[in-house]
Amino acid sequence: MNAILPILLGLGGKLAAHVLLAAAAIALGMAIALPLAVWASRSPAVARIALGFASLVQTIPALALLALFFPILLSLRAVFGEGLPTLGFLPALLALALYALLPILRNAVTAREHMAPGVLEAADGVGMTAWQKLRLVEAPLAAPYVMAGVRTASVWTIGAATLATTIGQPSLGDPIFAGLQTQNWTLVLAGCIASAALALVADALLGLVERGFARRRRWMVWTGAGLALAGIGAAALAWFEPGEGEEPVVIGAKSFSEQYVLARLIGQRLEEAGYRVEYRDGLGSAAVHDAVTSGAIDISIDYTGTLWTNEMGRTDNPGREAIYRAIAAWERETSGTLVLGRLGFENAYALAMRADRAAALGVASLADLARVAPRLVIGADPEFFRRPEWRAVRDAYGLRFARQRTFQPTFMYNALQSGEADVISAYTSDGRIAADRLVVLDDPKGAFPAYDALVLVAPDRADDAALVAALRPLVGAIDVEAMRRANLAVDRTDADKQSPAAAARALSARLGL
Amino acid sequence: MDDAAPPTALRLDGLAKHFGRTRAIDGVDLAIARGSFVALVGASGSGKSTLLKTINRLVAPDAGTILFEGEDVTAIAAPALRRRIGYVFQSIGLFPHMTVAENIGIGPRLARRPIGPERVAELLELVELEPAHARRMPHALSGGQRQRVGVARALAGEPQVLLMDEPFGALDPVTRDALGRKVRELHDRLGLTTLMVTHDMAEALLLADRVLVMAAGRIVADETPRALLAGAGGDEAQALVAVPRDQADAIAELEG
Repeated sequence: MNAILPILLGLGGKLAAHVLLAAAAIALGMAIALPLAVWASRSPAVARIALGFASLVQTIPALALLALFFPILLSLRAVFGEGLPTLGFLPALLALALYALLPILRNAVTAREHMAPGVLEAADGVGMTAWQKLRLVEAPLAAPYVMAGVRTASVWTIGAATLATTIGQPSLGDPIFAGLQTQNWTLVLAGCIASAALALVADALLGLVERGFARRRRWMVWTGAGLALAGIGAAALAWFEPGEGEEPVVIGAKSFSEQYVLARLIGQRLEEAGYRVEYRDGLGSAAVHDAVTSGAIDISIDYTGTLWTNEMGRTDNPGREAIYRAIAAWERETSGTLVLGRLGFENAYALAMRADRAAALGVASLADLARVAPRLVIGADPEFFRRPEWRAVRDAYGLRFARQRTFQPTFMYNALQSGEADVISAYTSDGRIAADRLVVLDDPKGAFPAYDALVLVAPDRADDAALVAALRPLVGAIDVEAMRRANLAVDRTDADKQSPAAAARALSARLGL
Repeated sequence: MDDAAPPTALRLDGLAKHFGRTRAIDGVDLAIARGSFVALVGASGSGKSTLLKTINRLVAPDAGTILFEGEDVTAIAAPALRRRIGYVFQSIGLFPHMTVAENIGIGPRLARRPIGPERVAELLELVELEPAHARRMPHALSGGQRQRVGVARALAGEPQVLLMDEPFGALDPVTRDALGRKVRELHDRLGLTTLMVTHDMAEALLLADRVLVMAAGRIVADETPRALLAGAGGDEAQALVAVPRDQADAIAELEG
């Protein structure tokens, strides 16, 4: 595990971003929860509603809560203008602050409920105004309990902040998600260790503050709070330091290896052209398109079939060329997004089986598969069964499986090997098709549309001639064989495994770009 | 009003308060002369505590007026009014996060006239506590010591009126007796007007100049201790007087 140390040391930037995000979310959570707790202590109805709302928020999975803020902020642009960010720091901050609300609010309300009535009556009896009573009696008596709530909220928030990666906010989740997608367990472990260590440190410092309040030891309060603030300050310095030059070009990537490799390929070319580049890895498929058309990210790689069915809502199939032209025109008209061009290969959805199993069952095409499907288990990525392409293929061939299971793309191939799935939704550019000796089943009815890989450029970058010129050579340059080799280099788990950046450099060299 | 009578510290007119369908105070008219020590006696639920709390506006009456030194209490901001009235009650209510000195000095501090350590020591001496107690936290004191601090806190703002709501109810009999005598002595020494709520007729008879008996929200007897012992005040008052008298008789018989 000596490999983990250099990775941990390289996480400084992610750690700083993580600390700032979690601290801002806790601060915002406190800014909402504490006044709400004061109001709740004076009105049982407010207490019921506030605690009910905070508990309800808590039941929403953190991943979904983070994702929900994208459409919410997008619709709020009608009010606040186009400058409102829809991905990255703002939605992550709002979602995590909501998440932090419950423990702080509940502890503050409980502390107030359990205060001795005699002490509160005495506060009135000696002539305190409502404000003096709050400041001199209620606040100091509630402080240790409120602090315990802040402590719980901090540990939760630091953990949940790793999920901010999925909405394009850099965090310690970046190595975790990147590692999960590319089966790089050292990377996953490094992210987990860093985030757990951060949570432990925050818990210890806030615990010191809590004990300081409970035992009325000021030095404990000041030491704990001082060290926590110093940590946040250091993170802020580290984060805002590289502020030289212009805005970086933000390249988005969906959560699979090909996207990681292509994002690096594009990023490396732009860096050579003098641009500063940032990556937003692990974005959801729908979020990527919204992000690039709204300018939240600058560049994305997408596929014709995906945009045709999911974004344009089309179910017909007028042919590969016509679909491409229609998409380019549609993007230009609806948002001003530039479709730079096709990269040259197709990454189509297809159904694949192990070659030996297909031969034993006598399956070569989707029509053959329909015959034996009721005895088989199909595995697919989480999106697949909700996509219109699946419904089209299912209905065209009358496919009925014994069971449907969903896996992260990486684990889908493992499931096929281990027999937990008989058929999977494979991607035609995936290097593992050849490496794992899989057969891609024929689609004689043409039910799957074409999936030519495209480069999209956000509306406000579409006029950047230098940027377009740097990327133009990629159009039509990448054949499916080259892409498969690059993908396999990242996906494989043996000694020849490469990082997405290394695979992108190798791909670039092989293609002579 | 009789010209020879001392000026009135507190006057209650047509006071009424109900909680739901319960009439806690059912039409009370009362004048309390400056310098008097008045005990308000009654069973639990007779409305005596509610009546006391209307005076420093911890409870707002439904009807009636209260004059404090001739001024309508509703015309004075509640916090300012309360800082002019000493208040001692059964659960004591010392602030657990403040030292004894901070507890005693809280009223003057709120009035922006903070008191120094000499004055704290003086107030501690009044209630027979050591100056060293000033630095203690309330949880380090005995029950009797805590209520002594409670009395010192009530006196710190030099109030003219002292309200006491079952002040000795939670104390053991020996402490109770000693602290009762101490409070009566302070009342005389500082020229206070004191209104004490208690359910213990013996305590009322021994400490007060004037005993009011309350039942079902009304004042049913208003007599001096001597007159009550002579049989005045009606059945309800006499039923309460009978308890300590019978106990005293029984004890005398045992000694006999």
